[in-house]
Amino acid sequence: MTGLYIHVPFCLSKCPYCDFYSVGYDASLAEQYAAAVIRNLKHYNEAYDTVYFGGGTPVLLSDRIPEIMQNVRLQDNAEVTVEANPCVTDEKRLYELLSAGVNRISFGVQSLDADELKFLGRRHNAEQAKTAIELAYKAGFKNISADLMLGLPRQNTKTVKKSIAELSQLPINHISAYLLKVEENTPFGQMNIAVPEDEVMDEIYLFACEELEKNGFTQYEISNFAKSGAECKHNLKYWRCEEYVGIGAAAHSYYKGKRFCVDRNIHDFIFSDIQNTVVTDEAPGDFDEFAMLKLRLAEGLSFAQCERFGTDKNTILTRLERIPEKYYRLDEKGVSLTKEGFLLSNAVIGKILGY
Amino acid sequence: MADKDYLSEIRNFCIIAHIDHGKSTLADRILEQTETVARRDMEEQLLDNMELERERGITIKARAVRLNYKAQDGNTYAFNLIDTPGHVDFNYEVSRSLNACEGAILIVDASQGIEAQTLANTYLAIEQDLEVVPVINKIDLPSARPDEVKNEIEDVIGIPADDAPLISAKMGINIEAVMEQIVKAVPPPKGDPDAPLKALIFDSYYDSYKGVIVYVRIKEGTLRTGDKIRMMATGAEFQVVELGYMGATTLNSTGELKAGEVGYIAASIKSIGDTKVGDTVTTADNPAAEPLEGYRNVNPMVFSGIYPADGAKYGDLRDALERLQLNDASLAFEPETSIALGFGFRCGFLGLLHMDIIQERLEREYNLDLVTTAPSVVYKIEKMDGETVFIDNPTNYPDPAEIMQAYEPMVKVNVFSPSDYVGNIMELCQERRGIFKDMKYLDETRVDLHYEMPLNEIVYDFFDALKSRTKGYASYDYEMLGFYPSKLVKLDIMLNGDVVDALSFIVHTDKAYPRARKIAEKLKDHIPRQLFEVPIQAAIGGKIIARETVKAMRKDVLAKCYGGDITRKKKLLEKQKEGKKRMRQLGTVEVPQEAFMAVLKLDE
Repeated sequence: MTGLYIHVPFCLSKCPYCDFYSVGYDASLAEQYAAAVIRNLKHYNEAYDTVYFGGGTPVLLSDRIPEIMQNVRLQDNAEVTVEANPCVTDEKRLYELLSAGVNRISFGVQSLDADELKFLGRRHNAEQAKTAIELAYKAGFKNISADLMLGLPRQNTKTVKKSIAELSQLPINHISAYLLKVEENTPFGQMNIAVPEDEVMDEIYLFACEELEKNGFTQYEISNFAKSGAECKHNLKYWRCEEYVGIGAAAHSYYKGKRFCVDRNIHDFIFSDIQNTVVTDEAPGDFDEFAMLKLRLAEGLSFAQCERFGTDKNTILTRLERIPEKYYRLDEKGVSLTKEGFLLSNAVIGKILGY
Repeated sequence: MADKDYLSEIRNFCIIAHIDHGKSTLADRILEQTETVARRDMEEQLLDNMELERERGITIKARAVRLNYKAQDGNTYAFNLIDTPGHVDFNYEVSRSLNACEGAILIVDASQGIEAQTLANTYLAIEQDLEVVPVINKIDLPSARPDEVKNEIEDVIGIPADDAPLISAKMGINIEAVMEQIVKAVPPPKGDPDAPLKALIFDSYYDSYKGVIVYVRIKEGTLRTGDKIRMMATGAEFQVVELGYMGATTLNSTGELKAGEVGYIAASIKSIGDTKVGDTVTTADNPAAEPLEGYRNVNPMVFSGIYPADGAKYGDLRDALERLQLNDASLAFEPETSIALGFGFRCGFLGLLHMDIIQERLEREYNLDLVTTAPSVVYKIEKMDGETVFIDNPTNYPDPAEIMQAYEPMVKVNVFSPSDYVGNIMELCQERRGIFKDMKYLDETRVDLHYEMPLNEIVYDFFDALKSRTKGYASYDYEMLGFYPSKLVKLDIMLNGDVVDALSFIVHTDKAYPRARKIAEKLKDHIPRQLFEVPIQAAIGGKIIARETVKAMRKDVLAKCYGGDITRKKKLLEKQKEGKKRMRQLGTVEVPQEAFMAVLKLDE
């Protein structure tokens, strides 16, 4: 089954940590963009079981999303997610989304601490975030996710505990908790923002994992936590090495056996009949890639799957001997990483792959 | 009867110069002016034909060439120019090349003056009774001070320099004066073409078609194609297939070489080991009673383990060493196994430059990635049971309880430097256990310092340290003094509790603590954090004398999913895989190759 990712590269303002592709919102540009998305949807012509509008700030395109969705062929019980920003999410937009068949909304909350929100350059405050979530729930969204940013300068377990406790009071069933990574070509990167020492990051991450678990959010991926059954099906496709079509400037695809992407150029996308793609990987899906992705998930890597790639159980077991036991869980079926292991996942996965 | 008058028209000479003082350039000009090489065929610095030689501007192995010069007196002279290696490591080869000559052109840079190497080689030339012909080069430079340099030559070396031609080899100024000086000042060779054959081997190289080509100076007698020859030191016998003289780009067969001449012999010789530099070639039918004086079997002075970075390249490394040995009998190697580094070779070198050159040639010409262990000298150990052993690999160092007395090689070190740096140099030599002998002022601004030092103290990084403390102005050379009693210990390095054999070394007791601390620090800086804490310990016997810790890795995660951009993660994974190739798995610890190199450079 194939997923669909639609990149919406519009924002009201650029957050200083973000290196996703986006430009300032402009109504006529948005209209042209939506038309280009529709042209491409007709071109790929698949039936999708997940749809994900990512950004940017996709909710800014809410008036166009119904028309876009009319051109999307959905399978039964498809998951349709839109990323939203609390300060632009009003009732009108929510109803536009619902009418389009959107059934999941993901809010870029990031924090409920005033200082942290200010540091992150978000346009909303904690109250606005809570209000937006309540509003979405009342409007009829049953699947609501919130993003939480970990590892901010001066962040400590107290502020994290507060954000998680307050988020848990809200009608949400999914939290994505990301460790801040300062990307070179962002304002944070230019400013040389000092993120906390690894030791502090370590403490905050492990603490957040525990707090989230306590509040009923089970970790199913390095940065993703959900109440039972509320895992994001679309994101799971990435980690399970399943295919998805990406439409829009800077969108990535894994489709018909190849990984490819679209240039980070909105005009190029709008003025091309069909989006121009560049293949980034001719032959994806080898064992290393598969295992690397699967080990990001709490479900881990099963020996049966390894065998299919010609890597036997004993090879994996031998490699595990080089890894301290606290970093992984092992049973007859396979191996998975503990939360301590997630924190060192690059190194641990490298070892499991025999590097 | 042979016409001995031919001798008066031969001049055999070499050129002595410090690196960069213009030896190769002058050689090129002489070749050009004698039209031995057509100008259009001139490749810059023709005599130095190895790529590495050109880049470093040094001559690694001697080359020789014959050229004809029509002098102002109307006669045509056969000049045999013998190019000598310029470095102390090749001292013995230099002495044999000098022995093939009657004269030496001493090139001195008009702005730099005399340097340590120049002086050492000039003394060697004087010892061999060569006529030294000074030439002042680079007079076109604005900083040239030819008169001062002339005085320096007279004061320091003690030879007249009044007539020294002032030249610029680069600009081609006054080259003819050099040639005339050679005719006038260098005596013609002596020798009896009818005497039993005595030919001095001063160089050889392996040619894949003709076998070993031996460069000789005929001291006595005459050698012809077809003669059966005998190497007097090795006893090996061969039939001469071809002989003649060396042109600039070709070998010219003549069928005969007579006393006084310089030329080559090809005799289907398979191994360069049979043609030792300094050996005497004679004929089997009418052998000379005595060989020429001065033959010496050269022994490697500096040893190091050389391992392929990629274990699968062991065979390639062996082939490369064998190929290099074809042309370099002074390179010794034998297989060695290290727990840490796997299969490799223990290699012996004449000295540090020789070691550097071999390593660089292996990497450059044979495209090998190498891991080398800290260079070691040879130690002499008298054991309790009366046995004497020589140790060139720290791994084989006997248990302290078995040692009666340990000896280490000492060298005489000469350092030339501007006088401003005397304090720094003395401090450095003191640190390196040097014993001050004396200091001479060459003029108001330049000094010549003499020290006795353990070779072990200069094999690591002495030259680098010397250069950094004298802003690059000092030069040095050394010669062997012999084995002296010493207090030595073997220092082991342990990672996560396991001894890393490739990092063990032998050190003087007094230096053990500071060196152990430095090595532990260096390793800490070069070993990346691992999934667990890694203790680094330095130990003598069972006693830990230094400790550092590489803390466990705390965070190494790519948190975000980047809208399905998996390629980015995969690239990171591939980078990680690539990075691991440069890592050595030592027990449970991954150590980058740089760490092995870093511990060799402790003075930074």
